[in-house]
Amino acid sequence: MKLGLLVNEGPFNHQASDTAYHFAKAAISKGHQVLRVFFYFDGVNNANKLSEPQSDDRNIVKMWGELASAHNIDLVVCVAAGLRRGLKEEVLADGFRISGLGQMIELGLAADRTIVFGD
Amino acid sequence: MRILNVVNKSPFERNCLESCLRLANSGSSILLIEDGVYAALGNTAKSTLIKNDQKNLGFYVLINDLDARGLSEAPMIDSISRVDYDGFVDLVVDHDSIHSWL
Amino acid sequence: MPEDSIFETKGVKKNFMFVCNKAPYGTIYALEALEMIMISAAFEQHAVIVFIDDGVFQIKKGHNTKSTGMKNFSPTFGVVSMEKEDADEDDEIDMVWRIVVEKESIEARGLSEEDLVLETEVLSSGELSDLMAKQDVILTS
Repeated sequence: MKLGLLVNEGPFNHQASDTAYHFAKAAISKGHQVLRVFFYFDGVNNANKLSEPQSDDRNIVKMWGELASAHNIDLVVCVAAGLRRGLKEEVLADGFRISGLGQMIELGLAADRTIVFGD
Repeated sequence: MRILNVVNKSPFERNCLESCLRLANSGSSILLIEDGVYAALGNTAKSTLIKNDQKNLGFYVLINDLDARGLSEAPMIDSISRVDYDGFVDLVVDHDSIHSWL
Repeated sequence: MPEDSIFETKGVKKNFMFVCNKAPYGTIYALEALEMIMISAAFEQHAVIVFIDDGVFQIKKGHNTKSTGMKNFSPTFGVVSMEKEDADEDDEIDMVWRIVVEKESIEARGLSEEDLVLETEVLSSGELSDLMAKQDVILTS
């Protein structure tokens, strides 16, 4: 089955990104395809390569990038939400790209199931 | 169509579960994740929200979030099934659409 | 269909529901959700925009944000109404937009239809529940 995920919260104010990540990993291991993860609202902060968690914390920015490159997942950061929060190409982590909100609606059309992770 | 409702808020802090219960279609399912897992506890002031369900809803709770919060051994409402992330994926596949009650 | 499409979605028709359940201004959710709703119009899909719980305060008349410095996005709901009318009137486009409020939510907050900036369908919880069960993609924020 083709799955589409939306992540609406940043990695250091909410569990949403972690839940989405573990869901994506489980889905892939069960043979499903994660077409795209769309990052909106404060979720755009999941794509900031300048983020440096403490050494005993998980690095979810890196984890998303690695999962995406291993399983061909399109990680899309909303341009409008990103600009507001200073999330631009200069600080974009590996594996992510910036695009418009239309990519989220397109995902809803292309995926068999769309799941929102947020607050 | 069958909907999987996902609730991630503590019932002590927000009314998402109450709204979900009010608007869920009979026969649909509710999965409690993140802080939503506190609603699965069997002996709290909010336990009746789920215990009094009249809509024949299916209730599930994410084990990983119970464990994280020290609730693995806590008394749960009988009608709630425990699932892990694999089970979460199966629920998504088995339902027609997903409604996250943010 | 917008130009930067990657997936093959030509001819795909789905029922989208946008659930607005948060109060305006206190958090950014209402504003950015509205931007999402506006963008979706370009895809010519069926959509239900539904206001429940504190989301009904988003469409209360008379927002004046001047002294708080917040962006007043209330006028954008007028554009949502226009999109709906355009879709309704154009026979060429297979696109129906519905703007819905839950009766129980407005009553619980001491509001009535006259207090709202938008013309809406007022549905009971039971009616809304049935409508929710018909949706393919449910986007909440």
